[in-house]
Amino acid sequence: MKKAVLRILLGAVFAALLAMPVVLKYASERQATPSASAESAAVLARYGFYVQEVARAAGIEFTHQAPSFDPQLDHIMPQMASMGAAVSIVDVDRDGWLDIYVTNSREGSRNRLYRNLGDGSFRDMAADMGVADVNQVGTGVSMGAVWGDYDNDGYEDLFLYKWGRPELFRNEAGRRFVRVTEHAGLPGWINAGTAIWLDYDRDGFLDLFIGGYYAEDVNLWKLTTTKIMPESFEYAQNGGRKYLLRNRGDGTFEDVTAKLGITSRRWALAAAAADLRGTGYPDLFIANDYGVSELYFNDGGKQFREVGKQTGVGFAPKSGMNAAVGDIFNQGQFAIYVTNISEEGILLQGNNLWVPRAGTAGEDLKYDNLARSMGVELGGWSWGAQFGDLNNDGYLDLYLTNGYISADRQRSYWYDFSKVAGGNTAIISDAKNWPPMEGRSLSGYQRKRVWINDGAGRFFDVAPVVGVTDTYDGRAVAFADLWNRGVLDVVVANQKGPLLLYRNTVASEHQWIAFELEGRISNRSAIGAQVRLVWNGQEHVQEVSGGCGFAAQNQRRLHFGLGKQPHIEKAVIRWPSGKIQTLTAPQVGQLHRVKEPV
Amino acid sequence: MNSDLGVSTTPASATATPSPSVEARRFSLDKRYLAPLLITCILAAGQWSFGMLESYSRTGLAIVTALVIELIVGRLFWGQWPHLASAYVSGISVGILVRSPAFWPYALGSTLSITSKYVLRVKDRHLWNPSNFGICVMLLLVPDTVAVLSIQWGNYLLPMVIIWILGSIIIWQVKRFHICATYVLSFLLFAWVRSWITGHPFLAEVAPITGPMYQLFIFFMITDPKTTVQTTWGQCVVAFLVALVEMILRLNESVYAPLYALFLVGPSANLSEIWWHSRRSAPASAPYPA
Repeated sequence: MKKAVLRILLGAVFAALLAMPVVLKYASERQATPSASAESAAVLARYGFYVQEVARAAGIEFTHQAPSFDPQLDHIMPQMASMGAAVSIVDVDRDGWLDIYVTNSREGSRNRLYRNLGDGSFRDMAADMGVADVNQVGTGVSMGAVWGDYDNDGYEDLFLYKWGRPELFRNEAGRRFVRVTEHAGLPGWINAGTAIWLDYDRDGFLDLFIGGYYAEDVNLWKLTTTKIMPESFEYAQNGGRKYLLRNRGDGTFEDVTAKLGITSRRWALAAAAADLRGTGYPDLFIANDYGVSELYFNDGGKQFREVGKQTGVGFAPKSGMNAAVGDIFNQGQFAIYVTNISEEGILLQGNNLWVPRAGTAGEDLKYDNLARSMGVELGGWSWGAQFGDLNNDGYLDLYLTNGYISADRQRSYWYDFSKVAGGNTAIISDAKNWPPMEGRSLSGYQRKRVWINDGAGRFFDVAPVVGVTDTYDGRAVAFADLWNRGVLDVVVANQKGPLLLYRNTVASEHQWIAFELEGRISNRSAIGAQVRLVWNGQEHVQEVSGGCGFAAQNQRRLHFGLGKQPHIEKAVIRWPSGKIQTLTAPQVGQLHRVKEPV
Repeated sequence: MNSDLGVSTTPASATATPSPSVEARRFSLDKRYLAPLLITCILAAGQWSFGMLESYSRTGLAIVTALVIELIVGRLFWGQWPHLASAYVSGISVGILVRSPAFWPYALGSTLSITSKYVLRVKDRHLWNPSNFGICVMLLLVPDTVAVLSIQWGNYLLPMVIIWILGSIIIWQVKRFHICATYVLSFLLFAWVRSWITGHPFLAEVAPITGPMYQLFIFFMITDPKTTVQTTWGQCVVAFLVALVEMILRLNESVYAPLYALFLVGPSANLSEIWWHSRRSAPASAPYPA
């Protein structure tokens, strides 16, 4: 009798437990993203900003085209040709208006350089300036581009990384570009997933880091073997090598990769350099597909030391596709955002938000992944993401684009994908073992995320309500003040999709300040320079970047949102040379152009 | 996975057998510890070599929850403290297999696993393999929060070989190797059939069984003595049927086909056997051991 009662009671508890997940799901859905029906004025009042997609109105009509590789890969071509849409921001002619460079990836297709005419419109100048026809058959196709003044002549030069022959173009006073690849001594062929400019040794000349994806001996158009795939879905080390190319200062580069301790062959897809420890030297973070992220501490420009496990960022392997750096708490420390894959019921890697652990710094720096607790963990098959203060409220927000392959809406490739991804290395590493995609989607048509930072440790997704409603297969995101209004506009490059230009409108009471730095002793692009802004009792640090996110580069200007009624105490600039410059109470609502004192 | 490999929840006194000699006991390991030992070795090796766990804390939560629930409910039901080997295997199985960024699915998965043993019973016999039940229910109810280990253990041969050697020795000891062998052979046969039907490469169809999830499935779930039939030939038939249903699910592109196949076939087989026994031995049939 007693047992029967017990069983009834336990049965009731059991039923309640079964119901609990459904109740929890319902509750979380109730507080999920707001709908896109709100009026602009209401959105502005509530969130401080909204965006409108204006690419066509601004004269930008560009649709990315994907490459076609060796016919042996035809059955999985959408997957193989799923990268190449990239965007980077540059003021190519120093006219004060930021321009947009966009890559294309079909053999024979042309890249675009959209010059900002200053009247709200853009015109493609790539062909006129000699940086359009860069995907010629036999030379590979574009994967991304980063800008940096490697010869310190005051004009930003273009490094174009490809699955194929990388290219360096010298900017001739903003009038045209001259191809200097051979003279610079660049490698002949890299299947590069990422590249950034940095001055790792602080000698005043920009160096290059390039991360290989496929091995460099693979020509995807002329395969000698189909065993080119990762040997493991999360532990692969058969990718491309890395290149750290030191700028000799005479227009040539020397390969110092192995000498400085970088020997990884993981599948790099994103890199970011920033001084994470306050040493003055840029450390190097690499987000790898099919494996753990890597963090290299820069020991005085003489050695790079891999400290991924030591710091906590390099233990759990995922599918790293993005590396963005930002001071999200206004505490003068950088967090790092890495994107991965999350697919409901199949693979929940979750994105990583690596935040410095309180009380750790310098050599003992440790990171904790706070993506879940801060609300930025799940973003679908995530690609490019950037930190930036989209509503000028004084806290960095986070824009994420996503979506892998949008094809047939009704049929998914996930089952076949997961089948092979979990198999033995002999199976997964050979492309011929992968089942044909047959027009199926793989995490396609995904909703984007625009997470606004509440300044109290949480991010909230407001994408649809502020106007981000596209579902293209997003790859690269770049922020820039394209109309010189003191706001960050958003440019998104989509794989096999249109280039999107989201024009930002910010609540007028939200103030801002920006800095455009020019090195004299340091590299002229001032890449690696930090500005520490102290206002309203807060301190926020930003660093000039030579490329971050995924296949992207933001404007070089440093933009600070300030919120309402800011009182700026000072802005402290630490130049790459080590010089410290303090600007006392700089004017709010203004772009400050600052040259390094000699 | 789990009550399994000779591991019983029932207190020792309820299943006592004649005592072996003192000498024999000194050198022999209680078979109830074999499964926990094996799965602990697998967990340790997987974490040491590949960092396969979502986190120590999540796996710990799954194990502790399973143990606590077993202690409470077992004590209430049996009137004595239950042997915890079964709960440990359930907890560790949930802790390894469930992948979720949240903590609560680990606690809930373990709780559902253990309580299912006490609630879902027929003729004093539980029907589902506990962790199979817990994990499948979580996958069905909260797919946006829960996935299952599939790729987080490398894709290399060596770990699989080690698991197979260790696992086979232990499985042989508890006289259940025929279940594993039947399932593997059936899987290979049906992989060929699937390849023939879909036109996909045979190796692509074989690929899943070379991954880590399957090793846990093969050694810990389908061999569970409490949730399969009792005769040797019957167990082989059940293993074959699991592989058959799995093939059908796979042809319908179910990512977690093996788990769902066992979820469907296991209880069906048990109910069939219970019904068969009750027909033959009614009205005075002896209850099944718990």
